[in-house]
Amino acid sequence: MNNRSDTLSKIQHSLTRRNRAEARFRWYGRCAIFIGLLAVAVLFFDIISKGHGAFRATYIKLDIHYDPELIGINNLADNEQLSAGNWQALSKTALRNKFPDVSGRQDKRRLSKLLSNGAGFDLKDHLLANPQLLGKKESVWVLADDDIDTYFKSWLDGDAYDARMTAKQVQWIAQLHQEDLIALKFNSNLFSRGDSREPEQAGIRGAVMGSFLTLIMTLMLSFPIGVSAAIYLEEFAPKNRWTDFIEVNINNLAAVPSIIFGLLGLAIFINFFHVPRSVPIVGGLVLTLMTLPTIIITSRAAIKSVPPSIREAALGMGASKYQMVLHHVLPLALPGMLTGAIIGMAQALGETAPLLMIGMVAFIVDIPNGFSDPATVLPVQIFLWADSPERAFIEKTSAAIMVLLSFLIIMNTSAVWLRKRLERRW
Amino acid sequence: MQATDLLLSLIVLGLFSFYWSRGRSLALANPLGGIRNLHSLPSYYGLHAALWCTLPATFLLGIWLIFDEIVINGMVMTDLSPELIPSDNASYNLILNKVANIANGILPREDQPSGLLDAADNMLSLNVVSQWSITLLIITLAMSGLAWSSHKLKVDFRARPAVERVMQNLLLACACVAIFTTLGIVFSVLFESIQFFRSVPIYDFIFGLEWSPQTAIREDQVGSSGSFGAIPLFVGTLLVSAVAMFIAVPIGLMSAIYLAEYASDGVRTYAKPALEVLAGIPTVVYGFFAALTVAPFLRDLGASVGLTISSESALAAGGVMGIMIIPFISSLADDVITAVPQSMRDGSLAMGATQSETIRKVVIPAALPGIVGGIMLAISRAIGETMIVVMAAGLAAKLTANPLESVTTVTVQIVTLLTGDQEFDSPKTLAAFALGLMLFTVTLLLNIFALHIVKKYREQYE
Repeated sequence: MNNRSDTLSKIQHSLTRRNRAEARFRWYGRCAIFIGLLAVAVLFFDIISKGHGAFRATYIKLDIHYDPELIGINNLADNEQLSAGNWQALSKTALRNKFPDVSGRQDKRRLSKLLSNGAGFDLKDHLLANPQLLGKKESVWVLADDDIDTYFKSWLDGDAYDARMTAKQVQWIAQLHQEDLIALKFNSNLFSRGDSREPEQAGIRGAVMGSFLTLIMTLMLSFPIGVSAAIYLEEFAPKNRWTDFIEVNINNLAAVPSIIFGLLGLAIFINFFHVPRSVPIVGGLVLTLMTLPTIIITSRAAIKSVPPSIREAALGMGASKYQMVLHHVLPLALPGMLTGAIIGMAQALGETAPLLMIGMVAFIVDIPNGFSDPATVLPVQIFLWADSPERAFIEKTSAAIMVLLSFLIIMNTSAVWLRKRLERRW
Repeated sequence: MQATDLLLSLIVLGLFSFYWSRGRSLALANPLGGIRNLHSLPSYYGLHAALWCTLPATFLLGIWLIFDEIVINGMVMTDLSPELIPSDNASYNLILNKVANIANGILPREDQPSGLLDAADNMLSLNVVSQWSITLLIITLAMSGLAWSSHKLKVDFRARPAVERVMQNLLLACACVAIFTTLGIVFSVLFESIQFFRSVPIYDFIFGLEWSPQTAIREDQVGSSGSFGAIPLFVGTLLVSAVAMFIAVPIGLMSAIYLAEYASDGVRTYAKPALEVLAGIPTVVYGFFAALTVAPFLRDLGASVGLTISSESALAAGGVMGIMIIPFISSLADDVITAVPQSMRDGSLAMGATQSETIRKVVIPAALPGIVGGIMLAISRAIGETMIVVMAAGLAAKLTANPLESVTTVTVQIVTLLTGDQEFDSPKTLAAFALGLMLFTVTLLLNIFALHIVKKYREQYE
């Protein structure tokens, strides 16, 4: 009797302990998921809070007098005059007229530092688009320098960052702000220009075009090759060592670090075949080899999911094996293959390391227009900007990341949508 | 003609031969009473002609594209006037570049030595000859292919099997791209590595304790030796990967267990994709996050408690890498945990075990091989990860096991050695390929081993 109650109390005792252990275990699991989700949230919050400002840039409103004498031209059609013209004088003079009591070389230089050093060329383009303005006056919003931009944005937020500002400059900004002559406007430069050493003039257009061309090249090569390989392996390959060897190769390639593909591209395509560096062709070739395993594996899964009865029906009607595959299996497997292709392309779009190896890190201002123009891609642009010392590039980098992530989100959701919408369950 | 023009004309020729042969087969069949008298459908006759017309020509065009420049360059350089003949590889490339630039009009022709001008003219004329001969060859080849196919075209010609044989070989060739890629990787890193090991003994490379790849440009420069001992890099790589695993394994595993065993359907449908978002974020974004947010945060945190944490610490890079790997581990573990048969859980629960006891004593041991395989795949991922460490880890090779200090990794060194402007066969560049060889071998072994474990033990319960 005594023994039994002893056992019972022992069990009772251990039961509470075990239940507590159970609760603790569940709590660990919840914590793990919470940490994972927290990481997602922190990452997105960090990027967005750093980058949202880059979609607007600081502009200063100036009364520009398009004085032919000041620029040193008399004929807008003469290219030599245009390139020799003193365009910077337009904005500088307007700024000095705005602050007439500024004297001394130092102060004058600081004053002209308020504006981006590309401001003169913006005015030139504006004048060329509106030739009737020559000799007339107009008030124009002129792009401000990146230090001013950083200061003005932080000042509006109430936490002024003035490490790179002089007291006079702070004063001028305050005066301009009082007269409503300085404002944040939509930063069209970010979307219309290529890279630049000056943060306020740098844009992602070149990188986006480069990414686009590289991806087109990748898709054109990897989709047909990947689908053909998948068809061969699923439908035609005899079961022998050679086929096994191909399969082992594909599985291993899927797990090879991406930088190794860069080494391959450098040694084979550039040093052996002499494909020029930094062009979308070679980028596309390397990314093709890298995404091929993904596309082959997903395409095989899609082919596998087509039920054998379809094949047997086609063969029974007298179709040849190729007719069976091309007319019946392939159309039914296509949605799954497309999903795989989109996932592979998303992977290629975010890839950086192999492209560093084949010279797509060059500083390229011009926007690429063809497969053999030097180009860089969006992730590499992010890498380059993240390395730049100018503070204003942090904002730009985060904005470029936001653009890259939105492309990826669009691609991945469309893959999910495609799968839900088109894939048939048998 | 240019290569693109040639390709376009081949496409046009191919289309023409398709429709022409198809029409001819119909014309042959009609007097006999319709296409049922043909062996194959008319389009197969068309396809046969199109394939014969374009395939050999395209193949030739590809070969020409690859070797054209190499052959012409070689011919130009052998015809070079004797006083210009280069002594070593670097000046060879320099002269070749000069000649090509003069030929393309990038360099002005004035003030150039006459030998170079002759070579440039030689190059231009060779280019013209090569262009014309390839155009002629390709057109002839395409035409003779078409002629051959139309010679074969008869009512009883078995066009379909012929076309299908060609297609089968094309498909096989596509499947073999994977093999060629592997071979390409192996040969490209192996050849350069062998060249490297000629100047640096392999023993010094694998067991050397000092890494400073800066070789001097002049003989008398200070620190000109350049030492290539890779141990500090291996240690740095392992340190960063260890930090990453320390974060990713517990979190990934616990979230997989929770999602597979406890979570309600509602939680599962939202939490799982949300975690998988982490896997879709490009590594360059993680690198930016590590370098600009996590590293300064850790440094300040350390400073506030009196610890000096480097702003390029292994902790920041490894920690962020761990976050990146969480979904990788959790989805692999999720797969193997759900593959454990329900009957085993039921048995354990029926014996009075709590759910967590069932998981710890029954489910996890049953799923262990798969989990271990997944973790090994994750380690190979961490070792090969590049962008996070390039952006957030240091450049100086330091032999330390302290995660608060700055270390460098194999991948960082590959990138820094290869992204500068330097000639291709200096030991500095070749060292990158030797490191690549190491990286490839280690990750390959890890992958093969992991796949082997997963495959071998997964079948046990199915």
